[in-house]
Amino acid sequence: MTISIDPQKTNNESLQPKGWLRYFSFSLDHKVIGIQYLVCGFLFYLIGGTLASAIRIELASPMSDFMPRDVYNQVLTLHGTIMIFLWIVPVVNGAFGNYLIPFYVGARDMAFPRLNAVAFWLIPPSGLMLVASYFVEGAAQAGWTAYPPLSITTPQSGQIIWILSVLLLGGSSIFGGINFIATIIKLRRPGLKLMQLPMYCWAMLGTSLLVVLSTPVLAGTLILLSFDIIANTGFFNPVLGGNVVVYQHLFWFYSHPAVYIMVLPAFGLVSEILPVHARKPLFGYTTMVFSIMGIVVLGLVVWAHHMFTSGTPPWMRLFFTIATAFIAVPTGIKFFNWVATLWGGRISINSAMLFSCGFIINFVFGGITGVALAQVPFDIHVHDTYFVVAHFHYIVYGGTVFIIFSSIYHWFPKVTGKMLNEKLGILHFIVTFIGFNLCFAPQHWLGLNGMPRRVAEYDPQFQFVNQISSLGALLMAISTIPFLINIFLSVRNGKDAGDNPWNALTPEWLTSSPPPVENWEGEAPLVEEPYGYGKEFSEQK
Amino acid sequence: MTTLDSSKEIQKNNSEVNETHEDFRMFGLITFLIADGMTFAGFFAAYLTYKAVNPLPDGAIYELELPIPTLNTILLLVSSATFHKAGKALLKDKKSDSQKWLFFTAFLGIIFLICQLFEYFHLPFGLTDNLFASTFYALTGFHGLHVTLGTLMILIIAWQSRINGGRLSSKNMFPLEAVELYWHFVDGIWVILFIILYLL
Ligand code: HEM
Ligand SMILES: [Cu+2]
Repeated sequence: MTISIDPQKTNNESLQPKGWLRYFSFSLDHKVIGIQYLVCGFLFYLIGGTLASAIRIELASPMSDFMPRDVYNQVLTLHGTIMIFLWIVPVVNGAFGNYLIPFYVGARDMAFPRLNAVAFWLIPPSGLMLVASYFVEGAAQAGWTAYPPLSITTPQSGQIIWILSVLLLGGSSIFGGINFIATIIKLRRPGLKLMQLPMYCWAMLGTSLLVVLSTPVLAGTLILLSFDIIANTGFFNPVLGGNVVVYQHLFWFYSHPAVYIMVLPAFGLVSEILPVHARKPLFGYTTMVFSIMGIVVLGLVVWAHHMFTSGTPPWMRLFFTIATAFIAVPTGIKFFNWVATLWGGRISINSAMLFSCGFIINFVFGGITGVALAQVPFDIHVHDTYFVVAHFHYIVYGGTVFIIFSSIYHWFPKVTGKMLNEKLGILHFIVTFIGFNLCFAPQHWLGLNGMPRRVAEYDPQFQFVNQISSLGALLMAISTIPFLINIFLSVRNGKDAGDNPWNALTPEWLTSSPPPVENWEGEAPLVEEPYGYGKEFSEQK
Repeated sequence: MTTLDSSKEIQKNNSEVNETHEDFRMFGLITFLIADGMTFAGFFAAYLTYKAVNPLPDGAIYELELPIPTLNTILLLVSSATFHKAGKALLKDKKSDSQKWLFFTAFLGIIFLICQLFEYFHLPFGLTDNLFASTFYALTGFHGLHVTLGTLMILIIAWQSRINGGRLSSKNMFPLEAVELYWHFVDGIWVILFIILYLL
């Protein structure tokens, strides 16, 4: 028989734990699940960050003296995998998506709450398994890309655990994607049109399409790879007649879209934050929607720009260079839209705004190096050097992580009803921004001068610049301290926020803070103009 | 059994939609099947690339015979039709008819699996013999896994459509329709697989 879950019943005291305990339960409430994603992701971020510090300590000197070479390889593999699959993807999709999307579409929960809880609870065990693999026979050593033949020849148990864990995380991501698509398309409140949705909904719709279309290919590929490791087949093993380039194609068919899975939601979040703190409507809503969808389509056909040095034939290089250049167009449109949104606005300089502006600056830089990397003659020189490391950290850290922090400052009052401390927030921003640029800007130079990535030792001529980079990493590590202090202090005795401290117009602010179990006391409000800033407020003041 | 969604209840609370809500579990299932289809697409792409660029080494054996897979294709196509019959019967609340058709469909699925195993045991190559052998077993094996799951689900809904106490009826068609869609999907994949692996 069917037991449809009545949220009223499931959230009733007798069935669900109250207070902080509910964050440890199989809760079906999208708000609880969102916070579970966020906190779980942040814990893994701390682990991944510790590993990053270990990498930078090792690279402060040219010899491998801090740890043995194979441990270095394990550390960088775990670092990359944790940061991508356990921090960025779950947080920027799972955490903010779960918390916000139901509000934005005017629903009381996600379309499939149970599937939602399952998707979250797949994450902690697979993450712990991945971390624990270090203590078995050594963790995987082949990098987050797990290229064969390296991944076939390095110690097997670590690699197998890595594959299993990434498969589970991929499954979690697919379940999440299905849920978001169904929620956004099907669960909209009556009267709410698609073109009235806040931009984050569009970003999540695009992201979820990418998740659903590309993650299964990664899953299939990893299954074949595990056969190569366990069953001695030769799909990707040249010794047995296999073909390593096929792995690369399949892997990047997922992993280029994956970079958009990491950054598109951040595009959406920044589009929510900027209008609120600049008191202006989001500039170019329609072009924004079309550029998101353009990125989704193009994002599926640019993957081989990661493989220009893998013996790709000339026609393929040409095609993928051009396609990649095209994808810069919608990305550029979005950039101009954000700048135009700020232009002439009544900008409040607060932590959320600062982190968003930091995002815009860093992201432009990462975008420019990206377009440069898409040019074959240039890429052949800098492929697999620190230039690539600098490029993607500008996007993933300078872009997405900055937006995660910006979003935390922006929505903390929503979730807790308390304000964060602005002084600590601004301190957090300054140290992060300086530390980040100090850490990664010099890496462009290192790469251009030929320092390869993923090697524990390097030519002594690079030592000074590497030390600057490590100093930046130290600042980044330190920057977490004011943030954590801020969170702990404010959760306990932060200033009361009221329901809508930013005077925002998007639907999540039109209910109490923190919101009631079913999001609204009465019916969900119909928000036809989520960015109608300017008019009402000029009258008010 | 519980369903994965509370959508209906949630929508009911939203007073305006009280009557007109649609069931979007099917929508979720279709999205899932698209994802599942992409896994197969990845496998097919790998196989076709291997075919284009990796010649079979000298002395390696990779030969397939047509009779059994042709029979299997027919079995699956017929089973799609019988499943459809089961759905039509249930729509008219002819539960015992529906159940018969379901059992027959599951029976065809089991025969398919037996034939598949029979083929495996009589092929002149094994899993690790060469690239094509490995890809063949991976693709057909992954598909066979889908057929196995599908057969199990058919048996479950057949049990659920029993006359006394079964939960399926013309008012609760979703479980049957969901498994039916999945089954058609698995059939469709087989047809593509048959063309690519055996005919090309
Ligand atoms: C303007 C758009 C972008 C362009 C044109 C671009 C181009 C490229 C190219 C050509 C490479 C390959 C470099 C090489 O390995 O030799 C690359 C690497 C990379 N990009 Fe981008 N990129 C763009 C945006 C992004 C975004 C938005 C992200 C992530 C959120 C990202 C993350 C990465 C990562 C992680 C790698 C390195 C992968 C690895 O080898 O481990 N990129 N990019
Ligand atoms: Cu890429």
